Amino acid sequence: MAKILAVDDSASMRQMVSFTLKGAGHQVTEASDGVEALKIAQGQAMDLVLSDVNMPNMNGIELCANLRQLPSYKFTPILMLTTESTGDKKMAGKTAGATGWIVKPFNPDQLLTTIKKVLG
Amino acid sequence: MSVDLSQFHQVFYEESYEGLDAMEQGLLEMNVDAPDDEIINTIFRSAHSIKGGSGTFGFMQVANFTHVLETLLDEVRSGDRSLNQTTMDLLLVSVDCMRDMLQALQNGEEPDMSNADDLRAQFEAILKNEDPSQALAQSANSKEGSDSGQPPSDKSGGDGAGADGKNGWSIDFIPEPQLLQTGNEPTRMFRQISELCDGNMSVTVKTDNLPSFSSLNPEHCFLNWHIDVHAPLEKSVIDEVFEWVIDDAEINIYPLGQSCEAESQKIQESEPDKQVTPAAVEPIAVTTSQSTDEKPKAPQKAAAPQESSSIRVDIDKVDNLINMVGELVITQSMLGELGENFDMGRVQRLQEGLAQLEHNTRELQESVMKIRMMPISFVFSRFPRLVRDTARKLDKKIDLVMSGENTELDKTVMEKLGDPMVHLIRNSMDHGVETPEERIKNGKSETGTVELKAYHQSGNIVIEIEDDGAGLNTERILQKARENGVISEDANLSEDQVFDLIFQPGFSTADVVSDLSGRGVGMDVVRRNIAALNGSIEVFSQKNKGSRFVIRLPLTLAILDGQLVQVEDQIYIFPLVSIVESIQYQGSELNNVGGHSDVLQLRDEYVPILLLNQTFGIQTENDDLDESIIVVVEADGEKIGVVVDELLGQQQVVIKSLEENYKKVEGISGATILGDGTVALIIDVSGLSKLSVTSLKDLDRKVKNHKAA
Repeated sequence: MAKILAVDDSASMRQMVSFTLKGAGHQVTEASDGVEALKIAQGQAMDLVLSDVNMPNMNGIELCANLRQLPSYKFTPILMLTTESTGDKKMAGKTAGATGWIVKPFNPDQLLTTIKKVLG
Repeated sequence: MSVDLSQFHQVFYEESYEGLDAMEQGLLEMNVDAPDDEIINTIFRSAHSIKGGSGTFGFMQVANFTHVLETLLDEVRSGDRSLNQTTMDLLLVSVDCMRDMLQALQNGEEPDMSNADDLRAQFEAILKNEDPSQALAQSANSKEGSDSGQPPSDKSGGDGAGADGKNGWSIDFIPEPQLLQTGNEPTRMFRQISELCDGNMSVTVKTDNLPSFSSLNPEHCFLNWHIDVHAPLEKSVIDEVFEWVIDDAEINIYPLGQSCEAESQKIQESEPDKQVTPAAVEPIAVTTSQSTDEKPKAPQKAAAPQESSSIRVDIDKVDNLINMVGELVITQSMLGELGENFDMGRVQRLQEGLAQLEHNTRELQESVMKIRMMPISFVFSRFPRLVRDTARKLDKKIDLVMSGENTELDKTVMEKLGDPMVHLIRNSMDHGVETPEERIKNGKSETGTVELKAYHQSGNIVIEIEDDGAGLNTERILQKARENGVISEDANLSEDQVFDLIFQPGFSTADVVSDLSGRGVGMDVVRRNIAALNGSIEVFSQKNKGSRFVIRLPLTLAILDGQLVQVEDQIYIFPLVSIVESIQYQGSELNNVGGHSDVLQLRDEYVPILLLNQTFGIQTENDDLDESIIVVVEADGEKIGVVVDELLGQQQVVIKSLEENYKKVEGISGATILGDGTVALIIDVSGLSKLSVTSLKDLDRKVKNHKAA
């Protein structure tokens, strides 16, 4: 069981991600944008952060950069949920310190397979 | 593990509709020449979320369509493309198109893609910097199957992976020092490979680059690895393991037994395509299986009205409610304790407790009501678009000014308010505001204004729709009314009464019935719809200054301000809004017309009289009406006098449906339960006036003819 922070401004995506992960036995905390996520992250360490890229207030790339500034998130896997299959968005994510990405649309099985890559 | 994605569909639809509303609003606010970054971002984000969600939940038609839109918006957002009016119009039309598609999907139908395909062709042309109108012609010539098309950026990759490597692979993995800082952990990758090849692998660590201990940064990675995989894996599978680190490491993958130089092919060459292909194909399969699955269900789904599905409630309101319930429980336990060993000495405490209970109940009731309350902006938000489109069609310049968008109103009332308001606004734009030329001629500014206001006033919500146009034309209204036989030739009416004529059935003042206002829905329907909500509508107008429509509505349909009246041993309730006045019965003021019905002369009007005990067949013991009261009520613009025995108090009553619990009764709109537990019926005033034998107009005419003769 891992502690996972799921960040997406879309409630349906958030619910889907969270439902899938909880179904696989993980403990999920939800946030609807980068600001909310960062606030949660400042309070507790997570084993994995899954974040959408395009969000109001603070987007996923900014969130990622901010999280890497926190001592307890220095090495935490951060995966971006992105629809962009083009390289430049992925590059921006990597530069900000993202571990990897999951390309939308994805289904629950793909999500679980991908997070297995980074969870112990 | 299989997850039923359909459980998220409702939320997806709701947020998509919200997203579309946000897009629409953003597009309307946007200044084409100087676009605001924040607005473009919002529009982009909405399109992006809809695309992501629809792809995830298997609605590929929507996802594919939104994709071109998103691509375009992304170019605008990054400053690579400027907007023009054509693009803006196309974007607005697309919002409608997506809304239609989503609605069709929500109702379990297959969306009509012809519109979407046309739009998509136009967007694709814009993206290629061609003339969109030509693309339209092309797409008409060769209509491609809509759901076969994948997002254009998806080149179906596939590079005949694993041409060699039957014996296995060798991998050189030489990470950059900062690899660990992105949360990537080499051991995880090795573990993954190990799972793929069932452990038939060897990993050799190379420490050549390890610096001296004093200059070692513990957070950096200085180790290299050589991995031999003894299994005939596809190369793409191995590529995928290192997918996230190709930019942070040097990775060489070559068939086992060869040297690194033999195939020093870097991973990235084939990388970008692969992730996409499986991801994009999967949901298409979902779509087809779903549409066959859901076919039998479709009629049932379509029957359910889409509006009343769910409401979003502010968390504060819920917290408040929980707080109230807490208070109620405390009061209840206090009273319970009091009741256990009660003596007369504790009467005062009992009374206090009951007063507190009443207080709690009222607050709880108010809080529950508040849950159904939503800001009227839900209705208002569609009007900027309406005004923009209508003004264009009419060739008029019209500004829309809105205020009080946060005024709260019951959701049910709100849903029924939309259509009448659309009609009124169209009406103001079509008949009220003049053409720019006329306005200039009349010394007004070229641009007309339509103003929408909402505010609370003594337990009601008031909505005003005001224009600064020509005002109502009294002469034309009178002429029309005479032609249509709404009033008699010699009728002498005050200005207010003339204005009120526009609400009469079968009345339309437009000389030419335009496709905007004159679509068979007249102002009489507007008034009836509003009356059905227990509300009222009035019009005020001044020639050349403009007109103002004022709608008054109760805040909720579930509670009614009622006047209790007694007839024999029965109690009835009149909606307070419908009562004009109540007067003491005096036989001398009554006239008998036509032998069977009485009319009351009320100043210069004749009002038909109806005896409630006769209408509802209540046994009466005496026929003496001298002690009675006449309650003059008004509905649909007609007054009737209802004779009752006595006026009781006024109070708020909770409306219970008679139809659901019993059956529909003419002249009765519902029932309520009074404080003493008895049931009282609520009078349906407009139904009652229909029950009375003759309507006001006939009577009025008869009386007047009678007098004239």
